[in-house]
Amino acid sequence: MTRTPLRPLARILHARSQGQNPDTIERENLRARHEEIRERARGRAQLRLLFLSLCFFSAFTVIGARMGMLAATEPMEPRTASNGAEITAGRADIVDRNGRVLATNMLTHALYVQTKDLIDPAHAAAELARIFPDLDEAVLLQRFTDGRKFLWVKKVLSPEQMQQVHDIGDPGLLFGPREMRLYPNGQLAAHVLGGASFGAEGVDSAEVIGTAGLEKAMDQRLRDPAQAGTPLQLSLDLTIQATIEEVLHTGMVMMNAKGAAAVLMDVQTGEIISLASLPAYDPNNRPNPVLPKGAEPGDSPLFNRAVQGVYELGSAFKIFAAAQAMDLGLVNPESMVDANAPMVWGKFKIKEFENHNYGPLLSVSDVIAKSSNVGTAHIALMIGGERQQTFLKALGLFDPSPVELIEAPYAKPIVPKRWPDITTITVSYGHGIAASPLALATAYATIANGGIAVTPTLLKRNAPMEGVRVMSEQTAAEAVKMLRRVVTEGTASLGEVKGYEVAGKTGTAEKPRPTGGYYDDKVVNTFAAVFPASNPRYVLTVTLDEPVETTGPKPRRTAGWTAVPVAAEVIRRTAPLLGLKPQVEAVGLDGLTAVSN
Amino acid sequence: MRPILYVLSFLAVMALGFWAYRENYATQAALREVATLQDDIAGLREGLAIQRAEWAFLNRPDRLRELAVLNFDRLGLMPMEPHQFGTPTEIAYPPPPVAADLVPEDGLADAVDVSGSLPEQTP
Repeated sequence: MTRTPLRPLARILHARSQGQNPDTIERENLRARHEEIRERARGRAQLRLLFLSLCFFSAFTVIGARMGMLAATEPMEPRTASNGAEITAGRADIVDRNGRVLATNMLTHALYVQTKDLIDPAHAAAELARIFPDLDEAVLLQRFTDGRKFLWVKKVLSPEQMQQVHDIGDPGLLFGPREMRLYPNGQLAAHVLGGASFGAEGVDSAEVIGTAGLEKAMDQRLRDPAQAGTPLQLSLDLTIQATIEEVLHTGMVMMNAKGAAAVLMDVQTGEIISLASLPAYDPNNRPNPVLPKGAEPGDSPLFNRAVQGVYELGSAFKIFAAAQAMDLGLVNPESMVDANAPMVWGKFKIKEFENHNYGPLLSVSDVIAKSSNVGTAHIALMIGGERQQTFLKALGLFDPSPVELIEAPYAKPIVPKRWPDITTITVSYGHGIAASPLALATAYATIANGGIAVTPTLLKRNAPMEGVRVMSEQTAAEAVKMLRRVVTEGTASLGEVKGYEVAGKTGTAEKPRPTGGYYDDKVVNTFAAVFPASNPRYVLTVTLDEPVETTGPKPRRTAGWTAVPVAAEVIRRTAPLLGLKPQVEAVGLDGLTAVSN
Repeated sequence: MRPILYVLSFLAVMALGFWAYRENYATQAALREVATLQDDIAGLREGLAIQRAEWAFLNRPDRLRELAVLNFDRLGLMPMEPHQFGTPTEIAYPPPPVAADLVPEDGLADAVDVSGSLPEQTP
């Protein structure tokens, strides 16, 4: 744009010569310029207004059109919704690692009463009491006639019962569809599954909520409508779980124990193949026992010994001290340590089992094989309390297990608050510190996994897990070798299973009295096993609560006599199911040898 | 010309109206059928879920174990044991056929004479 000067020289000179005021020219030009600027601004503003009104117009058109469309369409249920499996599965199924059903849903009916529609309340009450023996006729009749309009009678009916109620023929008796949680395997894996019950109830449906175990811990996932069609796959193996529960039950009866627990874990993935706790219950009909006063929580069948049972696990802890000392380079398996019993530390006296003395010197490997308290104590003193705590923490023995069970976070290991030297000593042989059998299995899995920490899980994992390294691979291998010696020539000789190179460590701990001190005749026996020792794949812990072996002249309560044979039988039965081939010369099969004539 | 156009367009409107009428009812019938089918599917799914539950219930390990014990005489089922593992190399080859086996029992009537040698048998 060319800018016209305000005082063009030619016009000024001309005006001056005419005797006119040249300022009028300037004013005139200034006015013209201002007019031009105003004109431009108005044009721009108009354009903006137009654009804005267009925007508003299109926005309101869209909204209006959508409203019109919504108003014009007939209301109907979305039809594509019934294409999926959601219609039958309000709650996702739970299956084992091979896809066998552990928990599913079944459609049943609930019975309710609209009292104002009842023709003959007395007859209905009498008939209902006949069909359901647990109902009382007088109470029913009283409820039918006390003025209420609506009443639930039964939460779940079988088809036969439903037919019988139909046959009463009273229009006041009505049925509401109910989805029921069903555990087809009964008591199997009861403590893992937990149980389910009804939450908010309506006439047409009721929500099913988990009440314990995995059902409660994974409630969000199981109730998620988007994933209702995909079953939740667990790491458990139904066959192995059944076998372990069977063997464990036999073992529990034979060893006169009041309870037993077993955990079988894959050391590479941390998957729990089996988690058993006995006595069990039926999750279809979860009991609600009232324990007598002064009973332990473990006396309830609902108690999951493998996860909630926080016990002092005794000598099974010794391998941790030995492994750490080796990892720190303080000792090697052949180093001789002081094992002269009894050892006096301050006012405490540390003795061996049955007042043995394995000393004066014992190699580290023999300390583990013979389960020497004094030897372990000396190793632990070399390590020192601080480093010992760090190591045990890294093995996960200080924190509740991260497994997917609602009970797990509440089962905190009992760890001493102060850590003087005497604690270092007692903890090294598993006293004064309490952990669950699952935590012990996890710690052993870390050793068996070449020293890489393992996170236990009940959900199927497809890839080996990644963890932090707790000890060197060499240390872990040496530790497994020591554990192998415990079975071949130490306290767990009954644990040998031909072909599977069982390695493990026994643990016997007296139960603490509620009043302080320890019982003489109540023990918790543990055997933590790793197999096969040459290439560890699985860890098994077997725990027996108050066992006593009575075949000998006097009752035996050491783990070597109780938990170890049970664990051996478990391994003998489950290892083939796990697909592990024994390292033995197979017997030639009949009829298949070449015959020469 | 114009009246023909009028008649044609009137007929076209009639035809389109008839077509729309039929389509409307066909659509409604199809929707009804879909609804019934979906009810059927839901029913079948429900049945399937129950059958699955029943299958799982009938195959529960406790029951299978009892059945294996009950029918031990007939089936001889035992728990899996470590010694049952083997390798393919442990299976012996079947013995090579013996000359007599190659001759069919009743086939000598129409036998033909051939000469040759059977492969040497290794003991």
